[in-house]
Amino acid sequence: MNKITKNNLITYGIVIFAYIVFEILMLTGNLSSHLKGLLVPMTYYAVIAVALNLCVGILGELSIGHCGFMCLGAFSSAFFSKATENVLPTVPRFIIAFIIGIGVAALFGFLIGIPVLRLKGDYLAIVTLAFGEIIKNVINSFYIGIDSKGLHMNMKSAMDLNMEADGNVIVNGAMGITGTPHNANFTIGIVVLLISLFIVQNLINSRDGRAIMAIRDNYIAAEATGINVTGYKMMAFTISAAIAGAAGVLFSHNITTLTASSQYFGYNASIMILVYVVLGGIGNIRGSVIAACILYMLPELLRGLNTYRMLIYSIILIVMMIVNWSPKIIAWREKKFGKSGMFGLIGRIIFRRNKEVA
Amino acid sequence: MSFLTYLINGLSLGSIYAIIALGYTMVYGIAKMLNFAHGDFIMVGCYIIFSVSAALSGNSVVGIIVAIVLCTLLGVTTEFVAYRPLRGAASPLAVLITAIGVSYLLENIALLIYGADIKSFSSVIKWEGVSFAGGQLKIQGVTIVTILVSVVILIALQLFINKTKQGQAMLAASEDKGAAALMGINVNRTIALTFAIGSALAAVAGALLCSAYPSLSPYTGAMPGIKAFVAAVLGGIGSIPGAMIGGLVLGIVEILSKTYISSQLSDAIVFGILVVVLLVKPTGILGKVVQEKV
Amino acid sequence: MALLEVNNLSISFGGLRAVDNFNVQIEKGELYGLIGPNGAGKTTVFNLLTGVYKPNEGIIRLDGEDITRKSTIEINHAGIARTFQNIRLFKNMSVIDNVKVGLSEHYKYSALEGMLHIGNYKRVEKEMDDEAMRLLQVFGLDLERDYLAANLPYGKQRKLEIARAMATSPKLLLLDEPAAGMNPNETKELMDTIALVRREFNMTILLIEHDMKLVSGICEKLTVLNFGRVLCQGDTKDVLSNPEVITAYLGE
Repeated sequence: MNKITKNNLITYGIVIFAYIVFEILMLTGNLSSHLKGLLVPMTYYAVIAVALNLCVGILGELSIGHCGFMCLGAFSSAFFSKATENVLPTVPRFIIAFIIGIGVAALFGFLIGIPVLRLKGDYLAIVTLAFGEIIKNVINSFYIGIDSKGLHMNMKSAMDLNMEADGNVIVNGAMGITGTPHNANFTIGIVVLLISLFIVQNLINSRDGRAIMAIRDNYIAAEATGINVTGYKMMAFTISAAIAGAAGVLFSHNITTLTASSQYFGYNASIMILVYVVLGGIGNIRGSVIAACILYMLPELLRGLNTYRMLIYSIILIVMMIVNWSPKIIAWREKKFGKSGMFGLIGRIIFRRNKEVA
Repeated sequence: MSFLTYLINGLSLGSIYAIIALGYTMVYGIAKMLNFAHGDFIMVGCYIIFSVSAALSGNSVVGIIVAIVLCTLLGVTTEFVAYRPLRGAASPLAVLITAIGVSYLLENIALLIYGADIKSFSSVIKWEGVSFAGGQLKIQGVTIVTILVSVVILIALQLFINKTKQGQAMLAASEDKGAAALMGINVNRTIALTFAIGSALAAVAGALLCSAYPSLSPYTGAMPGIKAFVAAVLGGIGSIPGAMIGGLVLGIVEILSKTYISSQLSDAIVFGILVVVLLVKPTGILGKVVQEKV
Repeated sequence: MALLEVNNLSISFGGLRAVDNFNVQIEKGELYGLIGPNGAGKTTVFNLLTGVYKPNEGIIRLDGEDITRKSTIEINHAGIARTFQNIRLFKNMSVIDNVKVGLSEHYKYSALEGMLHIGNYKRVEKEMDDEAMRLLQVFGLDLERDYLAANLPYGKQRKLEIARAMATSPKLLLLDEPAAGMNPNETKELMDTIALVRREFNMTILLIEHDMKLVSGICEKLTVLNFGRVLCQGDTKDVLSNPEVITAYLGE
């Protein structure tokens, strides 16, 4: 078994192990209902962190609008599930919901990628932020209903849909979608996470993944080596958006009222995911999963400290960034502890900072 | 007539964005970092004015001065403690995430001190304003002051950068830090000075913003901060006239689309403008195109 | 018919004619040198040949095929590979992966097979590994196959860049100042590597160089550029003894 396969298997192993631990805790009644409620969000944040790392770490383009793709996946799939709730049985409906959520996010990833990927660096980042906000705002002003005559849609108000008496408003503007069936659970979340990991890790170790990383490292040399730079950028961005869409499907099928609020889908949410990716290690897929889980749980576990928890969280964040990345502190650490010192060891186990996955 | 009123309101909001964007664009130009905490400096400035005015029973002039001084100190301290250690880090994302951490920190400190409820901010400009055409066109005092202040700041900054030694040092350091250091420029001090100016401008912008839109919360600065950054990018980041133009365009578009299209969609339209402009001109309206040499 | 045929190639930047009426013919198997003082337009010629810049005038033919206004990518697929003055490796990728990126165009499987590691994936990857290792052995890099490219010493980075270019199976190899920044020992080793590439792959090579010792030691033919124009062209010995060339190099 080669090193790469082994590395991938370790990642799957960690996820499955965590799954088993939480399941045992749940079965033995050792998990509070508050914590139980955090399990599905933990999985979808891990999924979108994997998606964002594909974009930031592997493709090398900073996106701060990824929650927009999650939002698209969430709304398109929730719309479908709500509309067909009484028509289709649960299992095929949920599977189709996934296909729709992923498909819509991928489609928009592709369409948005066409203009965005022509830009460079921070200009690209700010435009992804802009698109994320546009998606959120536009969804917030959509009204869609269904009655015996079919689909009604406008951007004014629910009243203006002019529906028959049997009509049902599904998307109610800023009030969003209420009552999406709760089909997502921890097990499904873990399965989606494993599939995302499988696809991304395999991609990295394939012809296409190498081409994508080559563009990240040096696009001029990549072109001269015959790599279709635009095509591969589009490919990576679209796959990344698609996986974010899958996270959105989990999101919307785990919440009673889905609204396109800033809290969940705004740039702040996208930045939170970016924090997971950077702390987990840029380009390190396993690190993203671990960081997403720990950092999502951390503020929740600090809930006992109530008002101080976000304060503590922000200080930890600043200190960790400086300790991990400051050139002077890195040099001091290596002098004091050697490369294999405590920090180095912890660093290597959890937060491998090198971009190379092999 | 009402269109003219909206246009002037847009100009006023745009002037506030422009003042914030000036700080943003200077900091970005020299430190090459997206300072996500910049918007929160506005909020800090507002709370300081709010508290000082309350303590001095409504004397806002002292409040503004104290806010400018403290924000300047805060900016320099933040740069020294949080950003400077990460200069030259292996990834530019490191300092970006730290800035996000600083943003969270400031918001949560404000939350602890003042709570989450929205405070009503009493305008620092007591002037009622002027009426034209028999009261049909009324321009508020704060609107006029805002526009004037932004023009004064723009001119002062242009003079500072083009006529003074420190200004020239800033230009040099933003072109090439290594070469600037070789020419005897103290790069660290120059960057600190840039942060000081940017933060002072944020305090001024905060006073004007909260006078025009008098609701103050720990998250007051976040969205204007982002929009000002959009304005800076729109105008061409690093360019001072660009920041001014970008800010004004953004403010006018925002107010007009809120009025005539939809308040729900106005942000989408504002961000849409950025997308369209960057598609046509990938480095903004007045931005320089830098070609990588092969 | 010459492998590379360039006629009347010109490009201006602003008012400056960076390359003016450039002509060259390179026969299959030749090692051809492009020399000239700094700023003479040598790298610009390379950028024109590889589609980084589009010429204002002129025709470039590779093996009879007109490649004049094609993109960098198409030109690579047509058969021109290059290295860069300032080394451009895929620094955060392993040595073998750098070479495998070069092999991509000739060893294919679908994106789906790549993402799921099914179908042709295993077989094609094995073939790529074998071919990449064969190349790395030729360049003496096989022991460093799993190193990050950034961690290689300078001389080996140059070699890896050539190996990556060779992985695209070019008809013509362009080397942009391969000896830049090298000490005499490294330069000597580089000359051996270039000789090896010719021998192993029967490769046609066009190189830009400042190092006269290297040029006179290995090139069969030379073109001297000065201020964007061809000053002199022909067999190495004749060119180097041309008084105009000596003037251009040593000043008047």
